[in-house]
Amino acid sequence: MDFPIFHLEFLGNRMLIAITAIIHVLINHPLAVGAYPLITLLEWWGLRKGEPAWDKLAYRIVFIVFIITTTVGALTGVGIWLTTSLVAPFAIGSLLRVFFWGWFAEWLVFISEVGLIMAYYLTWKRFATPRLKRLHVAIGATLSAFSWLTMALIVAILGFMMNSGAWTQDKSLWSAMFNPLYLPQLAFRTPYSMFTAGLFVWFCIFFVTKRDDPIRPRAVRLVAIWTLAWLPLVVLGALWYWRSVPAAMQANANVALLTQAFSQWHGMFIKIIGYTVAVVAVMALIGAVRPRALPRYALLVPFVLSIWLLGHFERVREFIRKPYVIADYMYANGVRVSALPVYQRDGILPYATYSAVKQATAANALVAGHEVFMLTCSRCHTTAGMNNVITKFEHLYGREPWDHEALVGFIQGMHLTRTYMPPFPGNEAEASALATYLRSLQPPAPAVSAAPAVLTANR
Amino acid sequence: MLTDFIAQLPNFLAQVATTEVPVPHDLEIPLPIPEWALKLWVVPVFLLHIFFVNLMVGGALMAFVNEIIGLRFPRYDRLARCIGETVTVNKSLAVVLGIGPMLMMNLLYTIHFYSANALTGHAWALLIPLIITVFLLAYLHKYTWETWTGPRKGRHVLVGGAVAALFLFIPLIFLVQVNTMLFPDKWSQVKGFFTALQIGNVFPRYFHFVAASLALMGLFLAGWFGRKSFPVEEKLPEFTRPELRRHFYRWTFWVSCAQFAFGPLVFFTLPTQGITATVMLWIFGAVFVAILVLGLLWKEIHESDARIGRRFWPIAALFSLVVLGMGQGRHVYREAALAPHKEAIARKTAEFRSIELGTQMRIRTGLGAGDALTAAPSGKKLFAQTCAACHAVEKATSAPSLVEIHSLFKDNPAGIVSWAKAPGKKRAQYGPMPPMAHLGDDNLALIAAYMLEQGKGATAQPTAAP
Repeated sequence: MDFPIFHLEFLGNRMLIAITAIIHVLINHPLAVGAYPLITLLEWWGLRKGEPAWDKLAYRIVFIVFIITTTVGALTGVGIWLTTSLVAPFAIGSLLRVFFWGWFAEWLVFISEVGLIMAYYLTWKRFATPRLKRLHVAIGATLSAFSWLTMALIVAILGFMMNSGAWTQDKSLWSAMFNPLYLPQLAFRTPYSMFTAGLFVWFCIFFVTKRDDPIRPRAVRLVAIWTLAWLPLVVLGALWYWRSVPAAMQANANVALLTQAFSQWHGMFIKIIGYTVAVVAVMALIGAVRPRALPRYALLVPFVLSIWLLGHFERVREFIRKPYVIADYMYANGVRVSALPVYQRDGILPYATYSAVKQATAANALVAGHEVFMLTCSRCHTTAGMNNVITKFEHLYGREPWDHEALVGFIQGMHLTRTYMPPFPGNEAEASALATYLRSLQPPAPAVSAAPAVLTANR
Repeated sequence: MLTDFIAQLPNFLAQVATTEVPVPHDLEIPLPIPEWALKLWVVPVFLLHIFFVNLMVGGALMAFVNEIIGLRFPRYDRLARCIGETVTVNKSLAVVLGIGPMLMMNLLYTIHFYSANALTGHAWALLIPLIITVFLLAYLHKYTWETWTGPRKGRHVLVGGAVAALFLFIPLIFLVQVNTMLFPDKWSQVKGFFTALQIGNVFPRYFHFVAASLALMGLFLAGWFGRKSFPVEEKLPEFTRPELRRHFYRWTFWVSCAQFAFGPLVFFTLPTQGITATVMLWIFGAVFVAILVLGLLWKEIHESDARIGRRFWPIAALFSLVVLGMGQGRHVYREAALAPHKEAIARKTAEFRSIELGTQMRIRTGLGAGDALTAAPSGKKLFAQTCAACHAVEKATSAPSLVEIHSLFKDNPAGIVSWAKAPGKKRAQYGPMPPMAHLGDDNLALIAAYMLEQGKGATAQPTAAP
């Protein structure tokens, strides 16, 4: 209501954030959080054994990790913030006010992390004496701690969006941070980062060593053991998270109901965990016992599985928080829960700063309907692109001209049947205007004679 | 002429009428720390960020220019390489140090910042891909310096040129953003990045920024190459330390002189709404210190080899004062320019809050919020909202018709209620029905009664699609 509306009609606004966030998390978890401790381990191992080959290997891998984390990794992290401020300024603005000190601490940790990354990489060759080398390993260990800490802080915010816990009552930062889903999420993400780092470094070993290099099988064995060691914790973390989710959802949603779609997704999560852990366990075992047996491209299988796992994890996370963007406080379209009755009584248009019309009438129904769509639907939906509402209504009402009254009734009650949808934040006249606008976008019904053909084509 | 004018007058007036200043509501959650504390910190924290941005932009430009000169005079190629090496470090610091000021700007100017964001949205969305690209190219440029030589040198110079060009363009997006947020009265005219370029004085500010980047990088390099620990003999054997110092002092001096042209240009093109005595005091105070800096630079340039470099830290300190003064002046200007708008926003926000609280109170005390919310639930309304999407009276579309339901449940409305609370999947041709337990038994009973009543009189029609 209070910001000019940025809208991507084809891609959909959610997708802009989603793409940025997925790239970020796929780099952050295996590389920033997981790879630095593993590389430090390789370096320390070489120092302990007195074998420079380990050091050389670690340096080659850290170069790759350094380049990716300080460009795509860091920038997509900032990018989540920038794209969210475009798409949902009301949400990010509110989150920043709740989490100011958390965000501020995150900033300081982030400065330290990037400083340490540069120190770790840029001093590698210069710190050559044994004493300096030990210092260098210590820098690596500190860097690992800070990388984990940046993730630990930001996950608190993600958990908060899903379940605000005691915050809705006491409004304190601590309640917000230690929301019920925080620790289970962290308990999953941490070992996930470590084992995927194992897969990534393993993959890198093939590219930075020659086939007959004696270090190759020994390094593969070490990395395979590392990967294997984290797997039990992945399973435990995932189960803890999986078991906390329904409780958290029931506690937070007004409509305490697990929809069928959700329970399907929820069950799916356990299945993917099973597949991934089984495949990775088998491969890591082979790697630990017979390091030369696995070709490099075989590693792509567990890698793809683990991406699928994380993708599903994030989707479930996004799904649980619906219809809210901040649980119990603000709906995904920016309407605050406590302001909803005002909009349902007076309409949303009188309060919308940038709306071309201030009142929905029969005369301005199309314009008003468009404004209402932009204000209340466009954060998640388009009319012709990703997640478009027209296709959804076609599924519901078919291709014959839609009934106006049915549409109005559905709009006003959709939160009752689709509990992931927020209640319609407008009055009767606006629901009617929105229905008029949506009906104007309905593609013309197919000619009668062509109907059977179209129907078969759709099946 | 006059008739043209009169003919266009209605249009013009209509335009004036529609360009009223939009006054939005602020967010409900209060600021987490006092506003004065944010205002105290925002300038120094921002300047720390912009310091590294300046070094990054100035460095990329100077590396590129020196590499081109180096095609003819090889010692400048090595100089370019040493300058380029600082860019990738400074860029990382520029990014991390940008988080804090952005956080503070987001809090202090919530409405203004995000509105300017949305108005120049596509450019804003392009920022991250552009920055990632230029950072990757900067690494490519840095790590191919030794390998892309001979016939490949042209490619290397080209990459350096792309880095410089992107680093020149990206700040313009940020500048348009912070400029747009200053002028709410122009927001209704802004239709994206290019129209936003035309409000306020974006271009004078931009040139001022680029020149500042070059001057600052010059001074930084005078210190960077001039410090004792920099291995001049090893890395730049064709230069001497005093020569490098003098070279970059001179560079800083002349670029700073040019700022005496860009500076007034910025000042005189500034829209007047925020210019106050305090703004003038900060800016002209900074200009005065800048003259001192020029004097010291001049002395350093003409100093003997043995003594050059002694005034570096005093120059750096005074230079920082100039930047601080300009930054503070800029901030005071922004505060003054936005003050009336911020007040209007606060008023409107308070107004809405009282409407909202009043409504909540009426609901809680049972007075009701208004017609829409007080109306007792009816089976008809509930059916339309929750069931009608799938269940029609006569026709079976994506679910059984009311006629069919009537034939099954006519003496047993409670059966509808219990089915709706935990539905199963009965018919192969339809999808499963979602559970409706959350509606509550009373509402479900109303719906059941309505359904049976509707299904009673009607007759079934065959299923629409086989």
